Amino acid sequence: MITAQKLTKRYGNQIVLNLERLEIPKGQSFGLVGNNGAGKTTFFSLILDLISPTTGYIINNDVRVDTSEAWKPFTASFIDETFLIGYLTPEEYFYFIGELRNRNKADVDMLLSQFENFFHGEILGQNKYLRDLSKGNQKKAGIVASFIGDPEVVILDEPFANLDPTTQIRLKRIIKDLTDNREITVLISSHDLIHVTEVCERIVVLDKGEIVKDIQTSTETLQELEHFFAGE
Amino acid sequence: MFRYFINLQWKSFFRSASLGKGLALKVLMVFFALYMMVSLILAGSGLFFLLQKIFPGTDPLHKLSEFMPYWLITELFIRYFMQKLPVMEVKPFLALPIKKSAIVHYILGRSGISFYNFMGLFIFVPFAIVLLTQGYPLLNVGFWLLAIAFLVLMVNYVNFIINKSDKAFLILAGLLIAFYALEQFTILPITDYAGTIFYALYEYEFLFTVPLFLSFLAYFFNYAYLRKRIFLDDSLGKRTKTAATSDLAWTKHFGSIAPFLQLDLRMIWRNKRTKTQVFISLAMILYGLVFYTMGDFALTSSMMVFVGIFITGIFLTNFGQFVPAWDSAYYSMLMSQNIPLRKYLDSKAGLISVSVVVMFLLSIPYVYFGWQALAINFSAALYNLGINIPMILLFGSLNKKRIDLKKSAFSNMQGTGAAQFLVIIPLLGLPILIFTLLKFLVSFEAGLLALAVLGLLGFFLRNRLLDGITELYRKKKYGMIAGFKQQNS
Repeated sequence: MITAQKLTKRYGNQIVLNLERLEIPKGQSFGLVGNNGAGKTTFFSLILDLISPTTGYIINNDVRVDTSEAWKPFTASFIDETFLIGYLTPEEYFYFIGELRNRNKADVDMLLSQFENFFHGEILGQNKYLRDLSKGNQKKAGIVASFIGDPEVVILDEPFANLDPTTQIRLKRIIKDLTDNREITVLISSHDLIHVTEVCERIVVLDKGEIVKDIQTSTETLQELEHFFAGE
Repeated sequence: MFRYFINLQWKSFFRSASLGKGLALKVLMVFFALYMMVSLILAGSGLFFLLQKIFPGTDPLHKLSEFMPYWLITELFIRYFMQKLPVMEVKPFLALPIKKSAIVHYILGRSGISFYNFMGLFIFVPFAIVLLTQGYPLLNVGFWLLAIAFLVLMVNYVNFIINKSDKAFLILAGLLIAFYALEQFTILPITDYAGTIFYALYEYEFLFTVPLFLSFLAYFFNYAYLRKRIFLDDSLGKRTKTAATSDLAWTKHFGSIAPFLQLDLRMIWRNKRTKTQVFISLAMILYGLVFYTMGDFALTSSMMVFVGIFITGIFLTNFGQFVPAWDSAYYSMLMSQNIPLRKYLDSKAGLISVSVVVMFLLSIPYVYFGWQALAINFSAALYNLGINIPMILLFGSLNKKRIDLKKSAFSNMQGTGAAQFLVIIPLLGLPILIFTLLKFLVSFEAGLLALAVLGLLGFFLRNRLLDGITELYRKKKYGMIAGFKQQNS
């Protein structure tokens, strides 16, 4: 589904990302872990063509992302709160995203009804603008918005951060359901090793922009990762 | 303790992002400030002779006293919109071992030396000096000036009290109109009373204690109010308004640009800066009166073309020059979403076009001054529609500065760069140049016709022009995203 080829990103003399080749097959739940500055968000921003690669390119479902915009209809993402429009209510935001993805109100309402549990009564019908919601609730809205319009690729940067424990558990369930039928490719980055090993079937560890580990998740994975990050 | 506060204040000023702005802008702002200062001082020193000339045989100081209530209310009115007590800035001090009373005294005391307080003094100090040269006794003038200074301080603190209410400005405006009406219909001679009261401040030196007392009263009222409320969930808390939602279903008539149009309308209505922008634009319709009533310019002069372009295009310039920066807070989302950039620009162009039409309709009453006024405004509107809209969107592509929608529009230079000043030249200068040239070579009518034809031409070519502009936006995408991400730029 997504292929990065000889991809580098450089700011001045500093190389922040350097991927010789990385291939993410369709339907995979892909986890990206690494310390701050490892290049996780840089990689996601490159997939979304928000920054331009210094060398190399990314192919998303046969579309080269920095030359064509044809990847947009089937790719959805939530990177951070700047993906939200602060002066809209959550409903208005969902409908707006729905319009962009050719889904009418009824479609969006149907999708939202599946997430009532996840919203925990704090998102819909609150008569509040998104800018006035707490960080955690903003995140919930942003994550669900990225499911609108049946995307084939969903990119979530640090989805577990700022969420309360109940919501974290529910989100794990949602992501697992999403990838169950092997139709949707989900890319997640996280600082929480436990969550990411539970949710993702493959985990790539970035360090200073390079891939240092590429693991198919198994029962030993968590230990392996903890061992690695402890620096032992 | 206050030493530390002052030190912090100093640092916050010199390290502030606004001071680190481009040199050109800085020079311009300094120039503007100096200009304001000099004009106020000139006004202050000329005031005495002006009053003498207009009201011969009366004491200018007495005349000034008569108008003092108007001055005070107007100042309060201006302050109500522009000056806010910066309570949020004390948040970091709350958890530090500093007495809350000290914090409150600090923010209140600091506002005592705010720019707004000097605004009035720049007029009254020169006025007082002139009084001295005219033989008014030093002692009386000195204490009069002191009294005025305390009145200014009083207004300063009263403003913070009334600022908490949304309706206070209506009351102020009402008061101003009521005073004027009472005076005009000779129901109550407000100015006579005011003259006696405020002139007394000059006649009896010791009366300066009254404004002194009043300003202290206002200060302590503020102090008592704030001291009780300096908690995170109270005056420092974020106020959340209940969202007023409407589905704006009528925008569906506009077809595929409807979702963006809804977004823009909501943005304008729900954010302070854009909202004030609309009100300013609507108020600017009156700007033409200045020129039309002055009688210094002929109805067919280039000045009137300037007026026409200006008033029909005021929203165009104010709003258009910050496209796409208005959307800077979520620009990366827009760019990764399934959005045809062209639709995005179409919607902006559509919105601005509507504004031009509305402003033209509002300007129709100018026909009172002659058919030429209507003809000028009409061709100016056409020119704005056809040429200036693509032009302003083109300039928008140079825009890489973030705008924080939550901040007020007044004296807010955020998102302003050299491009924002340069854009005025082609926007206003070009049509005036074309008109003046043709008027000189052919006739007034030919000049207007040229503007109208150019406008229509641009209107018919809009699709092509917008295609080109879209391409430009696409090329500049990465730079815009990176620029909009920078806070405090």
